[in-house]
Amino acid sequence: MEEVLRVEHLMKTFGSNEVLRDIDFSVYKGDVISIIGSSGSGKSTLLRCINMLEDATGGRILYHGEDILDGSVNEDRYRTKVGMVFQTFNLFNNHTVLSNCMLGQLKVLHRSREEARQKSMEYLAKVGMEQYINAKPRQLSGGQKQRVAIARALAMDPEVLLFDEPTSALDPEMVGEVLDVMKILAGSGMTMLVVTHEMAFARDISKRVVYMADGRIEEEGPPEEIFGNPKSQRTRDFLSRFSG
Amino acid sequence: MTIAEMNFPERMLYILQHYGGSLAKGAATTMAIAIICTLLGCVIGFAVGLIQTTEPHKKDGMLKRGFLKVVKVILTAYVEVFRGTPMMLQAAFIYYGMSQLFGINLGMWSAAILIVSINTGAYMAETVRGGILSVDPGQSEGARAIGMSHVQTMLYVVLPQALRNIMPQIGNNLIINIKDTCVLSIIGTVELFFTFKSISGALYTYFEAASVTMIIYFVLTFACSRILRRVEERMDGPSSFDLATTDTLAFTSGLASYNDRTGGTH
Ligand SMILES: Nc1ncnc2c1ncn2[C@@H]1O[C@H](COP(=O)(O)OP(=O)(O)OP(=O)(O)O)[C@@H](O)[C@H]1O
Ligand SMILES: [Mg+2]
Repeated sequence: MEEVLRVEHLMKTFGSNEVLRDIDFSVYKGDVISIIGSSGSGKSTLLRCINMLEDATGGRILYHGEDILDGSVNEDRYRTKVGMVFQTFNLFNNHTVLSNCMLGQLKVLHRSREEARQKSMEYLAKVGMEQYINAKPRQLSGGQKQRVAIARALAMDPEVLLFDEPTSALDPEMVGEVLDVMKILAGSGMTMLVVTHEMAFARDISKRVVYMADGRIEEEGPPEEIFGNPKSQRTRDFLSRFSG
Repeated sequence: MTIAEMNFPERMLYILQHYGGSLAKGAATTMAIAIICTLLGCVIGFAVGLIQTTEPHKKDGMLKRGFLKVVKVILTAYVEVFRGTPMMLQAAFIYYGMSQLFGINLGMWSAAILIVSINTGAYMAETVRGGILSVDPGQSEGARAIGMSHVQTMLYVVLPQALRNIMPQIGNNLIINIKDTCVLSIIGTVELFFTFKSISGALYTYFEAASVTMIIYFVLTFACSRILRRVEERMDGPSSFDLATTDTLAFTSGLASYNDRTGGTH
């Protein structure tokens, strides 16, 4: 299997606060990895380091074997390949739904308007938002915004998509529509790294689950193993809080 | 009937009849200076505000960082000095200073525009800085995450939103400029207030001349504030949106091209 991303001995400190301590793991093509763990364990920071929104303070992040931290890789190019979906959507408020999806394609990938439009429509249709092309983000519900944000990320033809708690800011009745889209994506072979508190998603959809505690990977494995027979006591304690 | 025998409305009418042309010219000068200088002030303000909110890139060397820092200090000094002193004195300082120190005689227009623009720019710089900081940091993260550069992020995502946020202050500045150009009478700019002084000096009818001129000022500022309100509404776009129908979606199959502006096919 082709290794897309490999994180080696990744460290991140904010001042004296060690948020990531020696993180190691690999992402293979078609992987769907759920990252779970309690609040403050460093899950968001890990994704943000992988997307280069934060500067890692140590270790390596290899993208197809090339270290993205040593300064030789074009950051913006890399980001088009490793997209990110945020908890707070971060749709451009001054652009319509269609324009949100087209902007990056036009300005970063230099696609023609025609092509950008077609691509946008294709992915908006995929997330069920093709009728809303003329809406501004403020006119959409949370679930709709997140689906557009996913379409925007997909329109860049990324190789990997990072999701940071994509459903945590949503009202309960909207969680399903976003998870459904992610489920379809996972089924279509998209490589995904998902920080989530949705244990059902982690158990049923992902191929691997990573449990993080105190900036370290405490346990990692297929969902059946993590949920059915966790080796670590901390993992067991964490999961028991969700079963009740 | 001499002007001494007239009553208040008659005197106002007299002023309008005999000095209507000068008043209109003065008002036009005032508006021209106010509008040009507010626009130039915005340009200066955006440039300064943008630099002041720029953080050095992590790959930048010492030289680039030092340069940015020096530029920021100079810009901060500019902002503080021009916000912290009266524009009337700035006008005298620049106008007479230019001629005394450098032998440059600024014309009435260039002096007026230079002074008011620089002054407005100092205020706008702070406004723009605040406007940029008021845009949710998530907006630029969203842009960076799809590979947009810092410049692209600013240009297409952050600045348009900052501009919208500070539109009320830009309007405020325009109105202040309409009124404050009156200090330019110190360097002899023939604007509305200068015209008022000439009229009242010639006729000795201060009350009536002041009344007429005040009404003109008010009409100008009130019209501007209404127009700017409309501009803001235009920027916000329609409050509702149309669901695209299968008709408008036909272009996805390449049958029609979609028109962004009208939201329909053509
Ligand atoms: N910009 C920052 N500056 C300083 N400390 C930070 C910063 N960002 C995160 N931290 C700290 O890093 C730690 C991990 O934060 P992070 O957001 O990665 O946790 P998380 O696992 O995503 O938690 P949650 O489930 O609540 O989202 C926290 O202690 C947090 O206070
Ligand atoms: Mg988080």
